[in-house]
Amino acid sequence: MRNAFADELTKLGNDDPRIVMLSGDIGNKLFDKFKAAHPTRFINCGVAEQNMTGVAAGMAMSGLRPVTYTITPFVTTRCLEQIRTDAAYHEAPVTIVSVGAGLAYAGLGPTHHACEDIAFLRAIPNMVVIAPGDAWEVRAALRAVMKQDKPAYIRMGKKGEPQVHKGIPENFEIGKAITIAEGSDICILSTGNMLPEAVEAGRLLGGGGHAHTARVVSFHTVKPLDEDCLREAFTNFPLVVTCEEHSRIGGLGSAVAEWASDNGHDARRLLRIGTPDKFFKLSGEQEFAREQLGLTGHQIAHTIHARMHHHH
Amino acid sequence: MAALAKDKPIDEAALKKRAAIIRGRVIEMCHAASSAHLGSSLSCIDVLTAAYWHVLKIDPKAPADPLRDRFILSKGHAAMAIYATLAMRGYFPEEELHTYNQDNGRLAEHPPANLLPGVEAATGSLGHGLPIGIGMAVAGRIKNQVYRVYALLSDGENNEGSVWEAAMFASAQKLENLCVIVDYNKWQATARSNETLMLAPLADKWRAFGWDAHEIDGHDVGALAKAMSNIPNGSGKPVALIAHTVKGKGVSFMEDDNNWHYRAPTAEEVVKAKKELGLS
Repeated sequence: MRNAFADELTKLGNDDPRIVMLSGDIGNKLFDKFKAAHPTRFINCGVAEQNMTGVAAGMAMSGLRPVTYTITPFVTTRCLEQIRTDAAYHEAPVTIVSVGAGLAYAGLGPTHHACEDIAFLRAIPNMVVIAPGDAWEVRAALRAVMKQDKPAYIRMGKKGEPQVHKGIPENFEIGKAITIAEGSDICILSTGNMLPEAVEAGRLLGGGGHAHTARVVSFHTVKPLDEDCLREAFTNFPLVVTCEEHSRIGGLGSAVAEWASDNGHDARRLLRIGTPDKFFKLSGEQEFAREQLGLTGHQIAHTIHARMHHHH
Repeated sequence: MAALAKDKPIDEAALKKRAAIIRGRVIEMCHAASSAHLGSSLSCIDVLTAAYWHVLKIDPKAPADPLRDRFILSKGHAAMAIYATLAMRGYFPEEELHTYNQDNGRLAEHPPANLLPGVEAATGSLGHGLPIGIGMAVAGRIKNQVYRVYALLSDGENNEGSVWEAAMFASAQKLENLCVIVDYNKWQATARSNETLMLAPLADKWRAFGWDAHEIDGHDVGALAKAMSNIPNGSGKPVALIAHTVKGKGVSFMEDDNNWHYRAPTAEEVVKAKKELGLS
């Protein structure tokens, strides 16, 4: 995702002189093309994320379109008050882009994990929260946020994730979920880098003579919610599943549960899959962490299957 | 650069008179609203007066002019001082000062975002104004626009780590159009500043962080007007003016008494204070 981000930002920056790239001392060589093309519009802000975010807000108030970028916890929770007060309160169009969301940097330990960022950012007024499902959605999301005039958060994995789309989804809109696969019994809403696992879960549920078929949706925007999609899901599907590499506290699952409760839908139809309320301290890469926490496609299919049978 | 009018003659008597009028107005506002932060407001009024009546290239009728100088009250708790200043300078009617801290108004106890003309940034949480101001300064450089950015910080605000992140960033970026003024009144909310976190030697600290730092009498409007006008000053660095001030300045029974961080004057005290200020 991060390579797609750097490439797309360079392209956007070629056409839009307002775009400024602020890095929190990360992305060695990643932004070489951007730097070469726009030397005055790339600034390494050092390991000082509070300042970087405030600087971005000041730039946005002055007509520029700054992007702040570093590893997820440092560009979100480390400088949360600057995001809230400097960017969101001022409605300053700062784009916060994080790399390594969820457990993407599992091996670096809990200091580098980010399973709470959606919860924090979506609670802030004026914020748009997008967790693209693959590199193509990253490009589409970046294009979309530059077309609007408000602060936004784009939550990325790292690199080399499986591609779900075959190109930039032409129908991409902020707040409009994208159906990846059709099905009629279960509706899986996935946000962020869990999308390939969700697709795999959907495939497994529908295969091997199972009676259940799953619709799989890339629910890339956590705020604002795609209410049409949710209404349709809760009306037509006996089971709605949210899937995210984020805590079950405050993430997409919580947002959907809140929405269902507020809108008279049956929250008992909702199954929320996410990370538990604890720090994951063991060493090992993302795949290992996902297995330990029940977040692989196979495990998700199993959890959904068990839920279907428990209720029937 | 000629447009920045560094050499405009300084009318010190007029500035002093203006500062006294603002102090009187702020004391009345504080009494009417029973709000906190009177001492903090009074200590920075000479800085505000020099800035708004001499230094800044601004037009209150065009508060969004992209080429305007920016002044950020980073110590947002001195909101009364900036409100009175902006109103008297013509950004909004002076009558609106009566709505300070009242229900359904624009003048809350800290300056709001995108609500009141002349307020460049919503402040109140300390350590935010300088990074925002730096962003504005860098934006000017990127867009080839010549303007200056001023940020007024409290001494207690220098406790915030973000101030020092910003200080190192600004000097690395050689932002010579940037000026910080520290309202060094030696008190923070509940204690002496230097007994809380050691600020001293404050000018040396800013110097060590790459700034052209100078100590200045924060109540000498003439000296303030001169120093703040001299931006950029040829050093190639951002400038820090460590303004030695007295909390509660201008009223004998408020000066250097930190009770006035929170308390508001009675009607009798307002009369007495205005008399001391030479106001009727």
